[in-house]
Amino acid sequence: MLGSLLLPLVLIVAVTGFLSHTAYQPDLGRNAVLDRAHDFQPFIFSWPTSPSWLYALTQGLHFNLGLVAVPFLLAKLWSVIPRLFAWPPVRTPAMAVERASLLLLVGGVLFEFATGILNSQIYYPWHFNFVRAHYYGAWVFSGALVAHLVVKMPIVVRAFRNRGVLRPLRSSLRQTEPEPYEPDGLVSPSPAQPTLSRRGLLGVVGAGSLALLGVSVGQTVGGPLRRAALLAPRGRVFGTGPNDFQVNKGAAVARIPLDQVGDSWRLLLDAPQPVSLSREDLLRMPQHTYDLPIACVEGWTTTQRWTGVRLADLARLAGAAPGTLLHVESLQPQGAFRQVTLNHAQASDPRSLLALKVNGADLSLDHGYPARIIVPAAPGVHNTKWVKSISFPRA
Amino acid sequence: MRRAYGAGPVHLAVHLAAFAIAAYAIAQVLAGGIVENFLIWFFGAALLHDLVFLPLYASLDRLARLRLRPPALNHLRVPALLSGLLLLVYFPLILVKADRNYFHSVGHHVQGYARNWLLLSAGFFLASGLVYLVRAGWSRARRRRVP
Repeated sequence: MLGSLLLPLVLIVAVTGFLSHTAYQPDLGRNAVLDRAHDFQPFIFSWPTSPSWLYALTQGLHFNLGLVAVPFLLAKLWSVIPRLFAWPPVRTPAMAVERASLLLLVGGVLFEFATGILNSQIYYPWHFNFVRAHYYGAWVFSGALVAHLVVKMPIVVRAFRNRGVLRPLRSSLRQTEPEPYEPDGLVSPSPAQPTLSRRGLLGVVGAGSLALLGVSVGQTVGGPLRRAALLAPRGRVFGTGPNDFQVNKGAAVARIPLDQVGDSWRLLLDAPQPVSLSREDLLRMPQHTYDLPIACVEGWTTTQRWTGVRLADLARLAGAAPGTLLHVESLQPQGAFRQVTLNHAQASDPRSLLALKVNGADLSLDHGYPARIIVPAAPGVHNTKWVKSISFPRA
Repeated sequence: MRRAYGAGPVHLAVHLAAFAIAAYAIAQVLAGGIVENFLIWFFGAALLHDLVFLPLYASLDRLARLRLRPPALNHLRVPALLSGLLLLVYFPLILVKADRNYFHSVGHHVQGYARNWLLLSAGFFLASGLVYLVRAGWSRARRRRVP
């Protein structure tokens, strides 16, 4: 029962995780964080720009359903634990093989949950690269999960057929009986007197999920729930000014050279005939305003009103051929996300902007002044801040 | 096959596939350099839960069961569980484990999480206690009515 509820949660978390990998477009330019030759990406397609909240949705599901799954996962581990102490631990080669794969399954799921949750709180008590370990850890876990499902699904089906899906939940505490003992089954040979009915257990686990969701989902959906996000790492209330919304990395930590973001700043359009534009030049071009979200891989989202120049207009100004990609570099001297290559759909979408203003005011330095990229449905860090240059490589 | 191995060929095949995927994936992490504690974290996570956390919370529960029976027991267990769950998931913020990182990114210090967690925990215990009192009063009243 716990497993049957945990399974869809874990499947959605896994699929949205792999989708996020696709959203980063590792096949383009220098977007890849992992070695491209060894990265077996399950979904390969050009990440779309519509709906603009697509990445907010997939990554919001990844993070929040991951939290919802935590109590189910712990309860599931707790319910199968008598098997760990069964003696002798293995009697056949098949059992030894299964034990080894369970170590991968349990190690994998706990590793994925622990690293994902700690990453969202910017806490790194380990020495390995988070992205690499979380991504390949997901492969270890997924493989072991498939094996587990193939082997155990007949048992699940048989249990539901014999005992009914909801019937075990109808009994009160007084009517609750342990399931009959079977050798190699999950039931302890001498179970203690029950202190909680089956529906009671399910209720407690569900309450745990609701508690975890309630104190953090506000950072994803916003609105009045934002104030209820009492333990959410991000998306807290920053104030009411035009620039008072969540920052991922500020200018100080990105080591933005302050002498290069003043009046001397120029945007370089790196084309056969290079173009150099000041902020005033850009402000004289046609300005467009759109409400677009910034959605972080860590599960938080913030939707703001952005104003600036269309990336498509800049490409036309530079004389770039239609169908070219768009490569953006930041003034940020170091870091994986100091640059990005946008796909054709992202480069040509009319809502894709080089934003100069947010909510009617100039961008603040932490939000990317003098100019930043904003692209619908792109992962947050692909909306490059402190843009230095844009070039137009051929697809 | 069944006699020598203890299960059918599908069992062996899917497990071998899982081991192959795991070996490849772990090799990719190891190839990325800095491996020293990846394996410890990966397998340590399972062992830490099974051999440290489980005995710990099982013995705490056994201790509570010596003194209490349901429903009073569960009115203590549920809020303790909710509070523990929030602590388990949010301990880096509650115990302020990475203020430097956080301040660098967010521009604010880690603040108010411990207070919020304590308030939430107090709320859970309070609500559970109130529900218990109402339930106890209810069943006493019913017993008096049906002598």
